[in-house]
Amino acid sequence: MIDFGFSISKSSHIKMDDVDLKLFNKLEALNPDIKTCMACGLCTATCTAGKFTDVSFRQIILMLQRGKEKEAVEKVKKCMMCGKCMLVCSRGINTRNILLSITRIYNEQNI
Amino acid sequence: MNTHKILIIGAGPAGLETAHQLKSLGLTPIIIERSDKIGGHLAQWDRLFPSSDNAEELLERLKEQVKDVEIKLNSRINHIEKEGDIFHVTLSNNKTYDVSAIVVCTGFDLFKAEKKQEYGYGIYNNVITNAELEKYFKTHQDERIDEPKRIGFVHCVGSRDVKVNNTYCSKVCCATALKQACEIKDEFPDADVYCFYMDLRMFGKGYEDLYLKAQKDFDIKCVRGRVCEVSENIEGKLVIKAEDTLLGTPMKMTLDLLVLMCGMEKAEGVERIQNMLNIKSNSDGFIESRDIFTGLNLTKERGVFVAGACTSPKTLPETLAEARSAAIEVFKYLSIEL
Repeated sequence: MIDFGFSISKSSHIKMDDVDLKLFNKLEALNPDIKTCMACGLCTATCTAGKFTDVSFRQIILMLQRGKEKEAVEKVKKCMMCGKCMLVCSRGINTRNILLSITRIYNEQNI
Repeated sequence: MNTHKILIIGAGPAGLETAHQLKSLGLTPIIIERSDKIGGHLAQWDRLFPSSDNAEELLERLKEQVKDVEIKLNSRINHIEKEGDIFHVTLSNNKTYDVSAIVVCTGFDLFKAEKKQEYGYGIYNNVITNAELEKYFKTHQDERIDEPKRIGFVHCVGSRDVKVNNTYCSKVCCATALKQACEIKDEFPDADVYCFYMDLRMFGKGYEDLYLKAQKDFDIKCVRGRVCEVSENIEGKLVIKAEDTLLGTPMKMTLDLLVLMCGMEKAEGVERIQNMLNIKSNSDGFIESRDIFTGLNLTKERGVFVAGACTSPKTLPETLAEARSAAIEVFKYLSIEL
């Protein structure tokens, strides 16, 4: 076969049909307040670590729900556990506890 | 029928319109108002969304309609006693009235911006409220507004916020913010105007047109993200922090003027009246209607009615419509049930 130098790009779609939410459901069962995020961005705006890295609580939660578990867990590693996001959250979400739960649940599965 | 007196508590738009309608139905309304003037919040406003209609003109029309109604200013209720279906009401001047029905039209208070300390109201000079900006439009006197080059509006101040125990949406601030943004841009055409919103709730007739006008004709820039804190730099300018949530990046911005869109809260002192009338609060702290579909103007207490923003945040047209329906409910109660 002649190589014309063309290839097919990998799809950037999130394939929701293939997303396995088993771990997220476990996380959600432990922290039901995770459902109440309204994406106002306060957690990210106030985040001290987020000023220098790509850590963003709001995005982490969304990524886990869209099957981007590896990327989310990478982001969590940059959190300094200062808890400012918990102080500002308009919905009163216990962000610190959720971050600790993510570390526990996803690390057990070596993600 | 016209021997029936009805006490209306509050001389804001709801109270005035209810009184006007009751009068047209042949009844005798009496309005009591705790402050020294008629009009409530409407009297403080310059123009009204969505079309920037003149607030004073509307108030004058409402006042004209009640020129034959007895209005007691500077009056508070000291005591209410119910005997059968008659309420014996004693006012602060010890004057007493026997009325057949009471319509509570106590409206709302604007959220006290200083409660959100992170926004710096009362700390930094150039942080003002929506009500203060409206006053400026009326009087053009506010030394804090001095040729601002960059202006920010913070939506949802004291609304949708569990930290101040107000989880509800105040409904009117989105449209008010865009209206005021256009108006201040009109005043200072060289200024950049930014609105920091979470959701733009443009639900009413003409609101979406206002949004489009703000973008197209006034170049208002809307940023989706809640402002998390305000500080002041060495030059005395405001520095705000928010996340541009659509981009997923935290942002910082220097401003000359920041306007806080304070939402609605239950009016101060209304609990005292609720206790006297034996009517409860709903989960948002406002007065509870009997049911929100067919009993919006009714309460669980016979003879006690409600209209306007005392039951939940409401726009002016909604308030006036509710006042008219309250009048019908009162009429129905007096002519059929009594």
